[in-house]
Amino acid sequence: MNDMAQLIEPLIPALRRYARALLRDRAAADDLVQDGLERAVGRWHQRRADGSARSWLFAIVHNLAVNRMRQSSRRGPHLPLEAADGVGAGTPAQEQAWQHRDLLRALQALPEEQRSVVLLVSVEDLSYAEVAEALKIPIGTVMSRLSRGRERLRLAMEGAPAAEAAGTPHLRRVK
Amino acid sequence: MSTRPVTEDDLHGLVDRRLDASRQAEVEAYLALHPEVAARVAGYRLQRAALREALAPVAEEPLPPGMAIGRLVAARRRPALAGWRAAAAALLMLGLGGAGGWGLHGLAAPAVQEPTQGIAALSQQAADSYAVYASDRERPVELRASSRAELVAWASERLGRPVTPPDLSAAGYRLMGGRVVPTPQGPAAMFMFDNDHGTRLVLLTRGMAVDRDTSMAHHARGAVGAFTWSSEGNGYSLVGALPATALHPLADEVRRQMRKA
Repeated sequence: MNDMAQLIEPLIPALRRYARALLRDRAAADDLVQDGLERAVGRWHQRRADGSARSWLFAIVHNLAVNRMRQSSRRGPHLPLEAADGVGAGTPAQEQAWQHRDLLRALQALPEEQRSVVLLVSVEDLSYAEVAEALKIPIGTVMSRLSRGRERLRLAMEGAPAAEAAGTPHLRRVK
Repeated sequence: MSTRPVTEDDLHGLVDRRLDASRQAEVEAYLALHPEVAARVAGYRLQRAALREALAPVAEEPLPPGMAIGRLVAARRRPALAGWRAAAAALLMLGLGGAGGWGLHGLAAPAVQEPTQGIAALSQQAADSYAVYASDRERPVELRASSRAELVAWASERLGRPVTPPDLSAAGYRLMGGRVVPTPQGPAAMFMFDNDHGTRLVLLTRGMAVDRDTSMAHHARGAVGAFTWSSEGNGYSLVGALPATALHPLADEVRRQMRKA
C-alpha cells in the first residue's frame, strides 16, 4: 500500500497537468484525475509488474480524458473556461501569457491523437516507448504522430497555414 | 560523413535528448549543413520549451483534497464511506472542528432563521468560508499567493469584474491565497491572510443585488467576528477570530484599498 502511494503521489501534479492540457477545463480535468486516481488505487494489483507505473497511470487518465472529450464533442463545441488572461495588458508577463494562450489554443486545434503524443513527449517527458505503452500503439505510430503534431503546431505558431505547400524540406521517416 | 542517413525520428530524438552521444553528433553535423532543417528543429525546440513553460503552473498548484493519496488509500480501505459520503464526512468534521462560534448553524440551531440576502447573508457566508477553510491545516486555499496572478485572473473571470486581494502587510498580514466559493447569489472570491502568530483572516467578496451600498456592520458569534459592507454593488466581509477593536481597523484598510481599486 505504502509502496503504491510512493509511486503514485509524485506523479499526481503531472497527471493533472496532462488532463488540464487535454481538456482545458480546470474543474473537469481535476475531476477526471481524481477519478483516475481512485481507479489506480483500486486496480493497483492488476497492473503489469513489468510495465512502467508512469505509463500505466497516464494510460488511465488518458483513456478517461478521451472518453470525456468524445462525450462533450457530441454535445457540441466546448468553450474553455480557462480565461487566465489576467487584467490589464502590456507587461512582458502579460505578453507571454498571451503567447502561451495562443500556443495552447493551437495545441487544442490538433487532432487528439497528435495532441496526446506531443504533450506526453514534450511536457511529461515520457520516453517514446512509455508513450507507446500508455497509448497502446506501436512506437512507429508514436513517432509519426509526434512528427505531424509538432510540424502542425510549428506552422500554426509561425502563422503559415499553407507552409506545407511552401516546400519545407522533410526527411524520410524510416521504420 | 555519417553511415546511417538522418531520419525524421532522429530530429525528434535530438529535440527530446533521446539520442546517444555519437548519433547526436552525427545529427548535429547534418543540421550544420542543412539550415532549413536546422531551423525546423529550432522551431520544435522552442515549441517544446514553450509548452513546458505554459503548462508548468498547473503542476505547481496545491492539490485539491480529493487528490491526497493518503485520503484515496484510506477511502479504499473504508468502502462504506466511499465517494461523496467520505467528502461530506470530512466537511462535517472540518466544520465541527472549525474555528468555534459559528459552527454548523443550520444543523445546530434549526430554529434560527438564516439571513437570505443582503450584507447579513454575505457576513454569514464569509463566516462559513472562514469556518471551513481557515481551520484547514492542509489545503486552506486552492491557489497560493505564489500564483497570485492566476488567482486574480480566476476570481475576476468568475465574478465578472477585476478582483484583487488587498495588501495588509502594513498590519502584519500576508496573503496566503484564495479560491472561488459558491454562494446562493453566485460565485464569491475568498482571500485568506495570516500573520506571524498564525492568525488567519478571510475576506469574501461578491456582487450584491440587495444592499448594494451600505456602511460597515459588525457581526460576531463567540470569538469570531465579521465586518461587512458594500460599495457600488460589491459586497465585502472580513472575518477573523479577533476582537472588534482589532478587526475594525483592518476592515477599514480593506475598504480604503477596495475603493481606490
